[in-house]
Amino acid sequence: MSDQFLYAIEVTMNGLMAGVLYALVALGFVLIYKASGIFNYAQGVMALFAAMTLVGIMDGQVPFSHLINAAFGTKVHHFGWHVPALAAILLTVGVMVALAWMVQRFVMRHLVNQEPIILFMATIGLAYFLEGLSDLMWGSEIKKLDVGLPQGGSLWIEDMTSGLGSDNFYGFFIDNLDIVAAIVAVLLVLALMAFSNYTKEGRALRAVADDHQAALSVGISLDFIWVLVWSVAGFVALVAGIMWGTKSGVQFSLSLIALKALPVLMLGGFTSIPGAIVGGLIIGVGEKLFEFALGPMLGGATENWFAYVLALLFLVFRPQGLFGEKIIERV
Amino acid sequence: MEDGYTTADGRKIGAVVMEMKNITLRFGGVVAIKDISFDIREGEIRAIIGPNGAGKSSMLNVISGFYVPQEGEVWFHGAPRPQLRPYQVAQQGIARTFQNIALFEGMSVLDNVMTGRLTQMKSGLFAQAFWKGKAEAEETANREVAERIIDFLEIQSIRKTPVGRLPYGLKKRVELARALAAEPKLLLLDEPMAGMNVEEKEDMSRFILDVNDEFGTTIALIEHDMGVVMDLSDRVVVMDYGKKIGDGTPEEVRSNQDVIDAYLGVSHD
Repeated sequence: MSDQFLYAIEVTMNGLMAGVLYALVALGFVLIYKASGIFNYAQGVMALFAAMTLVGIMDGQVPFSHLINAAFGTKVHHFGWHVPALAAILLTVGVMVALAWMVQRFVMRHLVNQEPIILFMATIGLAYFLEGLSDLMWGSEIKKLDVGLPQGGSLWIEDMTSGLGSDNFYGFFIDNLDIVAAIVAVLLVLALMAFSNYTKEGRALRAVADDHQAALSVGISLDFIWVLVWSVAGFVALVAGIMWGTKSGVQFSLSLIALKALPVLMLGGFTSIPGAIVGGLIIGVGEKLFEFALGPMLGGATENWFAYVLALLFLVFRPQGLFGEKIIERV
Repeated sequence: MEDGYTTADGRKIGAVVMEMKNITLRFGGVVAIKDISFDIREGEIRAIIGPNGAGKSSMLNVISGFYVPQEGEVWFHGAPRPQLRPYQVAQQGIARTFQNIALFEGMSVLDNVMTGRLTQMKSGLFAQAFWKGKAEAEETANREVAERIIDFLEIQSIRKTPVGRLPYGLKKRVELARALAAEPKLLLLDEPMAGMNVEEKEDMSRFILDVNDEFGTTIALIEHDMGVVMDLSDRVVVMDYGKKIGDGTPEEVRSNQDVIDAYLGVSHD
């Protein structure tokens, strides 16, 4: 096999792995959109907040320490203990559930039966609020997140594949973290699909997304379903936050991954969980291969815009995405 | 009358299931319902009629918990009902349909009917997700009830069709199916025949009578078409401008002078 062809395969594989990470973020959007018809602008910030909280808890940071020190003239920063990763993750899940409850209690409950655009605006407000809150709670410096996931290139895959090409080919380079992310994403999607298709909560969730009034009339509590949905979205945000945070550090730019999820959603459709995955993979592979094949001719950095152009084309020719529900309107 | 009565066609009507006591409902300065009392007995078809804007739908919304009256009490099974939210009312076994149809348009007919079973499902989240033992048996049992109702209402042929694609008359029937799937103690129908042609109205009337006959379901319905109501119902409450102007069997109501005035109009001089 020619080295060029092998490189293309390697690029494809890395694209798939990157796509899985995009898909993880997109999943959070799909969940809330399916359940409440809300496009949750705050999903990216939720990932940031979750990752910040996780790091903060693991390092034993005192939340709101700047505020406390300014108010009482104290100098507290750390409790002086370290929480093991698993316990910290569980605690963070608790924080995300509490956040879901607060979003429901103080924002969503007051907006029942409002236009989607109003709910969307509310999530923009929520995004800025959460951004400020995570700064205030945990500080704004860049932090390192290490929950014990393997990192660095997989030597095993390199050794296995190094014989395929010429002497200049050293084997495929694939990051261990990406492999873990792919496995986690698959498990998460299977669990979410089982939840949405086979449980009464899943059915209730689809019902609420469709019609609030009708849902009430068959005995579904909107409050409960919304807390549930925001909790699950918070959990998915945490998973995305862990993966991205481990890869590139926990910092403000983490919240911008939400922007990368948008084209994924346009491809996959806003209402489809498998769509989010396939959309993520197509964008991941597409942008890597495009850069590999045509990048040098176009002056490079095509990864910055490729996804958006692809999404634009989809908007023109197939607005419901690959897997989205077809828009039916009786007249 | 205390323990019930027997209808003209020989059906036994039982004790009082639901009683409205001096209900008053205001929206700001507008009085939608003014000091109305009436009861609904087990097994009967009870109609609430009146001209447009009489407060019929408001009354149904009070029963189903969508509106909270400022004064008065709702008694259910012989005890005053605390103020409940609509989903809690549904969980108590009171199902309803809507005047403007509230279905889950994106879901299939079968899925819509299955949502009516939600209040009957007890097994836990994980058991259901992984489809084991009791949860599976429960799902099968619920599915059987849903299928029986779908057969009963003759909508087998559209079981898998997304509701959004159905014509109006069928949507009304699907909504009835969903309400029935909850096996309600009391079924509330808000203008089940509104906007239908004569043939559809006859079908719907037949289904309402069959449901009452077959399942013994207590039904309270709203209608402004006098003719339909008189044929269907055992007892009728007549409302006009938020007040009760008549209550009794169709014959009694028909000969009531206030009712005749409200429907035909009368000069107030």
